[in-house]
Parts: sequence; C-alpha cells; structure tokens
Amino acid sequence: MNIENATKILRTVPREKAFYFFTSIGNYTGESASSLKEFMEKINEVNVKSLEFHLCRRDFEKWINEVLEDKRLAEEIAKLQKTNLTGDSLRHQLYHTVWKRYQQLTSGF
Amino acid sequence: MRGRKPLKFKNNTLALDATDLKILEVLQEDARQTYTAIGKRLGIAHSTVYDRIRRMEQHGIIKKYTTMIDAEKTGTKNITAIMTIYTDPKESEKVAEKLCMAPQVLEVYTSLSEELQIIAKVVAENQESLHTFIANSIAPLHGVLRIRTSIVTKKFKETQLSIANDPKKLTLIKETYRIKEEKIK
Repeated sequence: MNIENATKILRTVPREKAFYFFTSIGNYTGESASSLKEFMEKINEVNVKSLEFHLCRRDFEKWINEVLEDKRLAEEIAKLQKTNLTGDSLRHQLYHTVWKRYQQLTSGF
Repeated sequence: MRGRKPLKFKNNTLALDATDLKILEVLQEDARQTYTAIGKRLGIAHSTVYDRIRRMEQHGIIKKYTTMIDAEKTGTKNITAIMTIYTDPKESEKVAEKLCMAPQVLEVYTSLSEELQIIAKVVAENQESLHTFIANSIAPLHGVLRIRTSIVTKKFKETQLSIANDPKKLTLIKETYRIKEEKIK
C-alpha cells in the first residue's frame, strides 16, 4: 500500500457521500461518518441494531468499496457478514476488523 | 348574480357568503357538473353560479380542477410512508423547502412538540427505493438530527379538506345565513 492510496482511503468525504447509520428502513439514528477514522469511532457508539441492519444489507462493504475505495477492507467486512454475528460480538469484531486496517493504512506515515 | 354589489375584501381576500360556500361544496363533490346542474341543485340561476365561480377563480379561492386517482386501481404497487424528521430549529425551514422540491414527497408539515419536527408523506416504488431516497437525499441535509419512518400498511381514509368537513364554514352557513340556507333547501 503506497502513501497515495492510503491517503485516498483515509480522506474525509463530503457529507452527501458520508455513511448514515439507520436502525431499519428509513429510521436514521442521527449518526454519520465522513471518514474511515470516524466510521471506526462510530462503530462503538451507534445502537448495535444499526450495525446488524447495515451488515445484513451489505451497506458497509458497499460504502467502503465505492466511496472510500478500499477493496481490501470491503472484502474483510464481506467475510464478517457471512459469520452471522450479532450484538456486542458483532460490534467487537467489526471494530477490530476496521481498526486493524486503519493501523495498516496509518503505519506508513 | 348580475348587478350585485362589489364583494367585500378582508386582507385582500374575498368575503364568501352561504351561496359561495354551497357552490364550493357542490363543486368539491363533482367539479364536472354544469352551471345549470349546480344552479338547479341550489335553486339559483346558472348565471349566478357562473359569476360566482368565475369570481372565486379570479381570486384564487378555486385554485384548480383536478382528478383524484385511486392508485391501487391503476395497478401501481407504490408504498406510502410517513416520515418524522427531527431538525435543528435554525435549519427546519430550509429542510422543509428541500423536501417540497422532491417529487416523491407528497405533503410536508412542521410541528412543534418537545422538539421541532417536520412530518412528510412520501411515496416510493418499494422499501429499498424509500430507504435509498431517505439515506441519500434526506439524512445528508444540514439540520437533520434524526428520522423516524412508518410505512403505511393499510389506508382507512383519505380525503381533502372541503366545505363539508370544515366546521368553521359549516357554522357560517348554518348560523349566519340560516334564511338563505332554508331557501336553498
């Protein structure tokens, strides 16, 4: 991973491209993330129902792949989706997956 | 009504009497009725009906003649949802205005209970397109704090405010114009 790519993935995106956390169809929690760092932080803050909702719909991997353009992390999250984890186990595992990637991306600076 | 005295204006609005209100009531039942049919029904000349309708059109009281469609019978399978959008009071007007610009949003209201809310009725092709619309177009708006959405599962009643269900207008007809009412009957 070169610095240029890492910088691109770690950038802050405009609010219309941010990730908006919902707990079900049309029910927005008021929490959003405009960067990978913010996304990682919000994993520990949002209602766990929101994590379950988005993981099941594959919204996380879609946003990470299409907006942040991090295919590798998107693939890791896709694997997590197949584990059928729920509740705090899901929160913990998701945070760990994103944290690990975040460490990799920031280690080159 | 030819040779009638000019109608009174209050704050640039036309003062309506019982006959005007009756005409509006009849038109709201069926706007395709002829002036003659309306006149016969109310016991007044068709020319009176014509004059009064024209005047109410000119003053914007009658805004337009439209068609109510039963969407279910057209075969469309749209879903309807009621959104409650909690907003920052400073941004609520702008949020409401932006909502009004979206074609899938049918009605927009503001309400003040414990927090400032915008209530909007929205239609979508399916649950997924409803969610995409809310996630991509509503949640990112400045001042949106959170959103609660209820998908309508069954419609029991849908009607427009009319003379027939406006208590104030009915009282006006019944009390102020009792004599005319009796004549009309």
